[in-house]
Amino acid sequence: MHISTAPAASYLQPTALSDALAALADAPYVVLAGGTDFYPGRVGKPVDDVALLDITRVADLSGISRTAEGWRIGATTTWSEVIEAPLPAVFDGLKAAARAVGGAQIQNSGTVAGNLCNASPAADGVPPLLALGAEVELASTLGTRRLPLSQFILGNRKTARAAHELVIAVLVPAWPEAARSSFIKLGTRKYLVISIVMGSAVVALDKAGRIARCGLAIGACSAAALSFDALARKLVGHTPAEAFKQLAAEDLQGLAPINDVRGSAAYRIEAAFTLAGQVLARAFEQAEGKA
Amino acid sequence: MNHPLEPGLKSLAEAGLGSIALTVNGRPALLNCAPPTRLAHALRDELGLTGTKIGCDAGDCGACTVLLDGKQVCSCITAVAQCAGREVTTIEGLAQDGKLNRLQQAFLKYGAAQCGICTPGMLMAASDLLAGNAAPTQAEVEDALGGVLCRCTGYQKIVESVLAVAHDDLTLEPPTAGRAVGSRLARLDGVSKLTGAEKYGADEYPAGALWLRVVRSPHARAGFTLGDLDAFRRKYPQIEGFITAADVPENSFCVFPVPKDQPVLADGHVRFRGEAVLGLLGERDAIIAIPEAEMPITWQPRHALTEPEEALTATGDLIHDFAPENVLCRGRVVKGDVQAAFPMAAHVVEENFRTSYVEHAYIEPEAGYAEVVSQGGQERLRLFVCTQTPYMDKEEVARVLKLPHDRVRVVPSAIGGGFGGKLDISVQPLLAVAAWKLKRPVRIVYTRPESMASTPKRHPSRIRVRLGCDKEGKLTAMDFAGDFNTGAYASWGSTVANRVPIHASGPYALPNVRALTRAVYTNNAIAGAFRGFGVPQACIATETLMDELAEKCGIDALEFRYRNAIRAGDATACGQVLQASAGLDQCLDALRPAWAGAKEASAAFNGQAIRSGSRKRRGAGLACMWYGIGNTVIANPSTMTIGLRASGRVVLYNGAQEIGQGTYTIMPQIAADALGVPVSLIDQVHSDTDLTEDAGKSSASRQTFVSGNAAKFAAEDLRRQLLQLAGTAADATLRLEGTALIAGTSRIDLQGLTPINERGDLALGSGYFNPPTVPLDADGQGVPYATFAFAAQLAEVEVDLDYGTVKVLHIHAAHDVGRAVNPTQVEGQIHGGIAQGLGLALMEEYISGKTDNLHDYLIPTVGDMPRITTYLIEDAEPLGPYGAKGVGEPALVPTAPAIYSAIRAATGVRVRLAPATPDRLKAALKAHEAGQRL
Repeated sequence: MHISTAPAASYLQPTALSDALAALADAPYVVLAGGTDFYPGRVGKPVDDVALLDITRVADLSGISRTAEGWRIGATTTWSEVIEAPLPAVFDGLKAAARAVGGAQIQNSGTVAGNLCNASPAADGVPPLLALGAEVELASTLGTRRLPLSQFILGNRKTARAAHELVIAVLVPAWPEAARSSFIKLGTRKYLVISIVMGSAVVALDKAGRIARCGLAIGACSAAALSFDALARKLVGHTPAEAFKQLAAEDLQGLAPINDVRGSAAYRIEAAFTLAGQVLARAFEQAEGKA
Repeated sequence: MNHPLEPGLKSLAEAGLGSIALTVNGRPALLNCAPPTRLAHALRDELGLTGTKIGCDAGDCGACTVLLDGKQVCSCITAVAQCAGREVTTIEGLAQDGKLNRLQQAFLKYGAAQCGICTPGMLMAASDLLAGNAAPTQAEVEDALGGVLCRCTGYQKIVESVLAVAHDDLTLEPPTAGRAVGSRLARLDGVSKLTGAEKYGADEYPAGALWLRVVRSPHARAGFTLGDLDAFRRKYPQIEGFITAADVPENSFCVFPVPKDQPVLADGHVRFRGEAVLGLLGERDAIIAIPEAEMPITWQPRHALTEPEEALTATGDLIHDFAPENVLCRGRVVKGDVQAAFPMAAHVVEENFRTSYVEHAYIEPEAGYAEVVSQGGQERLRLFVCTQTPYMDKEEVARVLKLPHDRVRVVPSAIGGGFGGKLDISVQPLLAVAAWKLKRPVRIVYTRPESMASTPKRHPSRIRVRLGCDKEGKLTAMDFAGDFNTGAYASWGSTVANRVPIHASGPYALPNVRALTRAVYTNNAIAGAFRGFGVPQACIATETLMDELAEKCGIDALEFRYRNAIRAGDATACGQVLQASAGLDQCLDALRPAWAGAKEASAAFNGQAIRSGSRKRRGAGLACMWYGIGNTVIANPSTMTIGLRASGRVVLYNGAQEIGQGTYTIMPQIAADALGVPVSLIDQVHSDTDLTEDAGKSSASRQTFVSGNAAKFAAEDLRRQLLQLAGTAADATLRLEGTALIAGTSRIDLQGLTPINERGDLALGSGYFNPPTVPLDADGQGVPYATFAFAAQLAEVEVDLDYGTVKVLHIHAAHDVGRAVNPTQVEGQIHGGIAQGLGLALMEEYISGKTDNLHDYLIPTVGDMPRITTYLIEDAEPLGPYGAKGVGEPALVPTAPAIYSAIRAATGVRVRLAPATPDRLKAALKAHEAGQRL
């Protein structure tokens, strides 16, 4: 039926990870999973003019499992699977972000690793994973390596993934059972909306009610979502009430939002400060059993 | 019902052998297409399952939602290879054994489908939910439907329908003879919209139709030259033909008689980004594969005049040679003496307002096909297209091809939303020129970005208003000046410039009015018709000042409007004395309890919020509107005919184009009661320029009033003829029993009568109505409309002071519709108008090149809509059919100002720039807190 000028490019659909990695070692395939970024970029254009590596049938890449160090979220795990997975409460922020991705259809198709690899500054999945201290596991025929998420996403649509590598999992470290998390998304409408600003906080309190460990990340206000590790360290040892007194504008240095159709830079920066306080407050409240 | 259940399933065996095997609607299917082919395309093109719609090809609108192993996905972003061995369910798989399932029945009963283009997506998303949760909560329904955009319904009836599946009795009780008008008759074209059988512009085309790809200007203003097309074709042999300006017999068009200023294909010069310059024809996939950068076009960009301020002052730099100062036209209404009145006023307020480009965002992009057919030894052009105005399309296409009108036939497809956008010319002349030149069928479906860049929008406006009243709060004077950015071509700009000054005073008695408008050409997107023709923009300005004046007088905002409401016997700014059916005062009375309750509730909420340190504030606000039904002065007649067949069935030749608003239901309701038969006896021939008489455009809220009258008169004419045939008195009852006509005591066997035409009509009634108007003089004095609709709306909102976000909680909408011919449809129009008004108020802004898609251009989702309570006021219009007026546009008009009024009540901030996006509102809140004016 097709009278294409270019011969239809190859489409691989391996079931074994080794085959997928062999393909990538061979040629720079475009990796296809949920399709939620590939197809929107090709409206009115051909979809069969690039070599595609469809990884959705690689069994080893799907699902969420417990590991010795924490949790492993397979690359092709969809946002719906995140929502439905029986995970500890510290994942509530990530689940809230999953519910904020597009609409139900996008959550059913879109994958966690795809969200990271697309590297949109407004990727809703990134701040909660940053706040959780997630790492990205990359594999190639040469072996595997792990990178902190903050070192994986390098900028707007830019990642540390080499063309021959595949993201195979997102690794979330274990948190104390009492740890809690939060996520807030600011958008101009309820569903199907790209965030103006969003953020996530994770906190674990010690027995005395002091912050033992915490994380905070804000997205859509810089080329890549930012994790505020110095602030997180500063808050350790304080009670939530004291922690709020510690917060200062310079703690959120690095935010550099742009003006676009969703909001002005000035608005974004102010909203980011408000939102950072709110996600921390929510996580604290939950950790203290107040919410 | 007019349409039997048709699953539209092409035999799967016909699809041929292929490499991808899957199950579709419970049956095995084999797909013979490239592995990454979008599932939506494969379902439609390979399997003929056109019930799945494509609105964006980007996962932004959800129209293409299907179930994949029971889970909802966007089939436009799903690779067919990922469906191998899996189970796909489409809308065609819902009805079993020709019987609608409960979800479909609920949609039919509660009017959840209007245009029907999002209906497949909504049904599939809801099916996913209901399969795992038989009795969901409203929040669960909203989460499940959040990924499907609807532009018609305001979502409320859709959500109600999904909730109703669990427990409601869903049987339909059709009205008996004489009871159709006023009944909640389920839409007669509903079943086909709920099964996927309905054919929209992209759903049908002749075998072998060529695909038309239109190459468009990337520049807002430029000269250009086309290179060597023969050489281009040698390089890309898949090109089977071109169309250029040289191929267009009369290369100019406009929906208005003058100026015919827009070329079908630009001839050496473009005036806006997205203008058509070249058409390529061939097989679709091959034609779209040619890279944009390869087009043989050399551009010479010029400085573009994108804003009216610049265009008005760009001396000698004309966008069109015939339009000095780049002004398309001016509108003017002057009554009394505003200069003298203002010094005498006790209170005067004045302000500037701005609104932005608004996109119609119908979920169906423009689509259709054209073919040349031989008929009676002559070649005719047949055009199948989604349109609000088949008769005008016919005239415009004939004009472009330089053919007599009778050699063009327009067969409208079902239309997936219009709202004024498909009142314009888009694909029609392009298809016509290509098919006529190549003598082959040619089809096109605009991509979403193409649709958004190339078709008209709502006019951005800059409006300054001064309003004065006396000590008692009676309005004394209004001075109104508005500039409307009409973009590169006229479109309906003249209508906007003329309609606005007539409506500027609002529905109030005002002795002194000066209202001046200009439609200004720029090199920006074309602005044309959009639900309300400029009146919604004006209403934001004037209603905001009504609130301020009320406050200055110390009078309650509702009371202030009530005192000034125009009533029957009062004269409008045009000097037209309203004779009857001016129900604004009744609308306001209907809102009084809700108004008192809303003010009290928001005060209580805010008191608590301040005490608890919450940064949320609530407020309640009001706005009123009036709206002239039908064209402004210009004749807009409708003709309807209705015949009786030997079968004992009645056929209504209904040329009132259905665009989701319900004309294929309302016209039969009116005709049934006028004839005196049950509506179930009426079949229809839907609008087709060869088969139905001209019932004008589906615009200006005119169909119920104008075509409804024509339908009524036609049915009355048929009734007269039948009674005469039976030799009975004019007031005798008339019944049809099988093939017998029973009139009074006489009984006629219809099988024994000779038809009067080839179609088999035994008798044919004809009705004509043209609303009586009087041309306006130089000061706009006259009778522009035969009747007006009136409305008052109350909005309750919650504002987040930190983020500047607004949640609209509740809208109470009181509308004087004269008579609600079908209350379900009337409510549907009100809900949908409110949704579009909410979008205009809070989120919608089209910026050419930046928001040319449905993820950057935001329209309300199911989660953004408030609860809507409607109050139908029926102050009968003596000129209307059974007292009816129109309701298509009115609900949009006061929605944004009511929301702004509520925001002001909540925060003290006056919104002067639409949309009030979070960043703009936050900036205004900060300025307000600092005591500054932004």
